[in-house]
Amino acid sequence: MSSHLKPPVNEKDHSEGTAEATIELVEYGDYQCPHCGAAYPVIKKIQERFAPQIRFVFRNFPLAEIHPFAVDAAIAAEAAAMQRKFWEMHDMIFENQASLGTGGLKKMAAAIGLDMEIFESDLRLEVLQAKVEADFESGVRSGVNGTPSFFINGNKFDGGAKDLYNMLLETSGQTLPKH
Amino acid sequence: MLQKGELAPAFKLYATPDQQFSLAELKGKNIILAFYPADWSPVCSDQMALYNETLRFFSKYDAHILGISVDSKWCHLAFSQSRNLHFPLLADFEPKGAVSKKYDVYNEAEGESERALFVIDKNGIIAWSYLSPAAINPGADGILDALEQLSSKK
Repeated sequence: MSSHLKPPVNEKDHSEGTAEATIELVEYGDYQCPHCGAAYPVIKKIQERFAPQIRFVFRNFPLAEIHPFAVDAAIAAEAAAMQRKFWEMHDMIFENQASLGTGGLKKMAAAIGLDMEIFESDLRLEVLQAKVEADFESGVRSGVNGTPSFFINGNKFDGGAKDLYNMLLETSGQTLPKH
Repeated sequence: MLQKGELAPAFKLYATPDQQFSLAELKGKNIILAFYPADWSPVCSDQMALYNETLRFFSKYDAHILGISVDSKWCHLAFSQSRNLHFPLLADFEPKGAVSKKYDVYNEAEGESERALFVIDKNGIIAWSYLSPAAINPGADGILDALEQLSSKK
């Protein structure tokens, strides 16, 4: 099925890079999914290689039944966002996927310098739960069929992070200046 | 494969080692049939794991999902337990592939069901069908679009 991102990237999304970027990359990911963990350094490489043309957005797609800590991790990252540290938490979790768990998430939150009192009370906010759920539903309606799933400029990309990197390299040979 | 507007063929298959399940039991509900090649797909992008997470969206449309493959009831049981599945997997095992053949989604060369989706309405009529390339997980968006159309008809 040819699938498009619904809804398009908007102000509720967490993004890195500028809105003027020509490549808009959206990942639907699950913090406990090993394939997302493997994709993480590749995405970093893509961001470095193609800055400033790239804008990266992360949306939550926790597969709760097979990954018992996925929802907690997603909410923890959203709680970090309340203290303007979404990306620090996002990176911290993917870099320490093996230590996921309630205790592990608290340690990570402390390590990135969150105010722990605020963080722990924010974890209970219904609005964060709703955000994660809304991300998930948007993924289902956009044709996400597993994690990670990527969208480039609104169109579903059928492949993993490495395929994505190779595709961008090939495309850039034609349209972007070489280093 | 059977198409929109055709009557969904009746069937009775094992859902657990000691329990058979017939399509007629869901009369009056919307039904999603997800034929798939085999249990134990190795990646997170497993189709059944995805549907397990989207049950709440299906139930909004009063729709029940059934997975069907030629694996045996014991194989389904182990697979279902390992993935924590909350919907039935039916064993199209004996005679092998009989129901897949009725829906015209049996792959003779592989001896497996194709990866095929059917949405059946409350009157037992096929409202939507989709044949996916075997290697591609079709996701849930097509199913939800079909269910949405069904509910807007009323």
